[in-house]
Parts: sequence; structure tokens; C-alpha cells
Amino acid sequence: MRVLYFAWLRERMGRADEVLDPPPGVTTVAALLDWLRARDAKGAAAFATPGVIRAAVNQVFATPATRVAPGDEVAFFPPVTGG
Amino acid sequence: MASATIRVQPGPFDVGTELLRLTSGRCDTGGVGCFVGLVRDEGGALDALTLEHYPGMTERALQEIADDAVARFALLGCTVVHRYGRLAPGEAIVLVLATSAHRQPALDATGFLIDWLKTRAPFWKQEHRAGGTTAWVDARTEDDMAAGRWSAP
Repeated sequence: MRVLYFAWLRERMGRADEVLDPPPGVTTVAALLDWLRARDAKGAAAFATPGVIRAAVNQVFATPATRVAPGDEVAFFPPVTGG
Repeated sequence: MASATIRVQPGPFDVGTELLRLTSGRCDTGGVGCFVGLVRDEGGALDALTLEHYPGMTERALQEIADDAVARFALLGCTVVHRYGRLAPGEAIVLVLATSAHRQPALDATGFLIDWLKTRAPFWKQEHRAGGTTAWVDARTEDDMAAGRWSAP
């Protein structure tokens, strides 16, 4: 599974992307976020306020309940501010 | 159905060139709606903006929004160009063009497109403030509300 981070999430994680192999119980966006937050200090800082974080799975906007699986591209980012 | 053209690029765009691409060689177009978003200097407080985006998803999201506008407003043509990277005050960030047989769909589609891409296109603005500090721009709830006015009843 490839995980990408954007904007201040990228800065707090100290990386733009990584390849992960989360435990079998991690099958949703919410579970992946919880796992990343518990993994280390950077994850704890980046994901301290999950309510403001948005996600996409395979480049489509996702909800906390969206399923994630090995091989997926999952992105975490703050609310978008383009235009 | 007309096809929408979207582009994501670091460099500037030329509004006249993009407009002619939509209108030249045809006689069925009655009007063009146009929106150009620019970098404001916030009264001298802003030196520059950096726009970050999600390559791949950005193109996909813009195409989806633009195709939706073409279908919803029966447009004859539609172009969306969005820049990324570091931009100085006064520089253009985004271009939306919509053409139709009559003025109202062109104007309505232009508003629809800019409202939706502000809330659905994966771009993030970082401010470079006078004095050397940087800050990520927070999403505005007004933008969500502006996009919400286009939701189906």
C-alpha cells in the first residue's frame, strides 16, 4: 500500500510518501489513520486532530469508512484550498 | 457532448489564446463566461503563494468537475487551467472558461466551476508572508457553502 501526505501533513510526517504494510486489521481509512497516529511521534503530531484531515483512496475522495487494501494508493491531506 | 479541456501547469496561461481555442472556427457560440483567479498581496502582507497539488488526482478531479459542468449546463466548450508552484501577487492562479449558445448557461457554469474546484480539487496554498514566515491557508467554510448552493435540490 502506498500512502501519500500533502501540505502540513507532509511537513509533520517528514516525508511525502511511503510504502506500508499495515496489520491485517487495518481495513478502512479510519483504521489506517489510527494506526499511523499510534505508530510514532511524527504520526501522533500529524494526525492529532483527525476531524480536520481528509483522505483519498486511489485518487478518489474517501470517507473514514472507505475500505483500504494492499496495493491501494491512499492519500491524507488537509481540506483543499485551491482556486 | 462537448469535451472539456483541463490542464495543470506551473507556467502562466494566456486568456486570449485559450478563449480563441474555444470559439474559433465555429458559429454556434453565443457567449463565453470567464473567471481568472489572481494572487492578492493582502495589503502588502504577502510576498508569494506556493500551490501544492496531488499529481494524478488533480487532473482526474478537474476533468470530473469540468465534464459535470458541460453536461449540467449543456456547454459548447469548457476550459479549466490551474497553476501550481510559487506565484507572486498579481499572477494568475486559475482560469475557467465556459461557452454556450446563450449567456446564462455560460455565466452559471463559470460560477459552478470555480465554486466546485475550490472545494473538490486537491490543491493547497501556502503563504509566504512579508517578514519571512510561512503558513498553510485554512479552508474557508464560505467556500463549502458556495459549492453547496449548486447541490441538487
